[in-house]
Amino acid sequence: MKVKPFEQIVDEYGPMVLRVCRAVLGPADAEDAWSETFLAALRAYPELAEDANVEAWLVTIAHRKAVDATRATARRPVMVERVPERPSTTGRPEDWDGDLWAALSALPTKQRMAVAYHYLADLPYAEIAAILGGSRDAARRAAADGIKTLRTTYRHATSVGGEAR
Amino acid sequence: MMTIHENDDRNLFDALPAIDFDASKRLHIELVSAAQREGLLDVAYRTMDTPVGELLLAGTERGLVRVAFAGQGHDKVLASLAATISPRILRAPDRLDEVARQIEQYFSGRRRTFDLPLDWRLSRGFRLNVLSHLPDIAYGRTASYAEVAAVAGSPRAVRAVGTACATNPLPVVVPCHRVVRSDGTSGGYVGGVEAKATLLNLEAA
Repeated sequence: MKVKPFEQIVDEYGPMVLRVCRAVLGPADAEDAWSETFLAALRAYPELAEDANVEAWLVTIAHRKAVDATRATARRPVMVERVPERPSTTGRPEDWDGDLWAALSALPTKQRMAVAYHYLADLPYAEIAAILGGSRDAARRAAADGIKTLRTTYRHATSVGGEAR
Repeated sequence: MMTIHENDDRNLFDALPAIDFDASKRLHIELVSAAQREGLLDVAYRTMDTPVGELLLAGTERGLVRVAFAGQGHDKVLASLAATISPRILRAPDRLDEVARQIEQYFSGRRRTFDLPLDWRLSRGFRLNVLSHLPDIAYGRTASYAEVAAVAGSPRAVRAVGTACATNPLPVVVPCHRVVRSDGTSGGYVGGVEAKATLLNLEAA
């Protein structure tokens, strides 16, 4: 199979990359990261090997954009610990659960990334290790620790019909 | 293998929509304009409904490069454009607005000739020679394969004219439907004989 039209890549993987960006960067920066990721991917696409793992390739690009965005945020002069609760000012109905983002943003960056890449992008730990640096076991541990914390800090998802399990 | 436990953990992310249609649409529009700004949109395409079915229109920065009928398989056509021109292909309807406008005018009988920049890169040699002569056949008229062969400078290449028409990358706009058999019957057509009849009837009206 030859390289597919890029439109098909956007169609197949766009939603996954958006979820990953949202989990890693939160609602505010996610869409910029998505745009930068797909523009960079479009630029490099003709050189992509035919047998490449497209998912891992896209997440690797998104990861670099996320690291850049995180650094940029850290350089911003006025920092708040956490974005205060506020009603959506964008009027976008798709703005997702702020509680989940609050719980995710409380995780150490590496854990948050490992969780997103494993649970939302379905990447195996070896791929995640290649992206984050470090060993496969370290990637697995980061994801496990992250998800464990998330299960306790983000109670909403672990309750069914309002009842905590 | 995914364990039940892991499945359970995945549910933690239910608040994140699997597909966020509004955001996807917005981001796609932004991607197209950024790609265009950076010169990364090598092939733009769109589809449009016409009396001969849904047409695929594809253009490069040089002009319209491909028109395809539904029966030709739009996905297949896009895959071949990816292989022959560039895989930097995006659905970008706006970039083909003018093409769609003229085709619509043509089908409503308000336009007889197309005034569009054409990118001929998918045709070569004798076929290109044949195709570039087709716009000379006036609206509402027909010419035989033999006549076109003569005009193209190879009177005996009747069969090759048939092949050139059958592989016309720009049907409708480059009027290969106006080429018919010497006995007056319509002959084959890339979009099927019915489409050819529709186009000839439209022009005869």
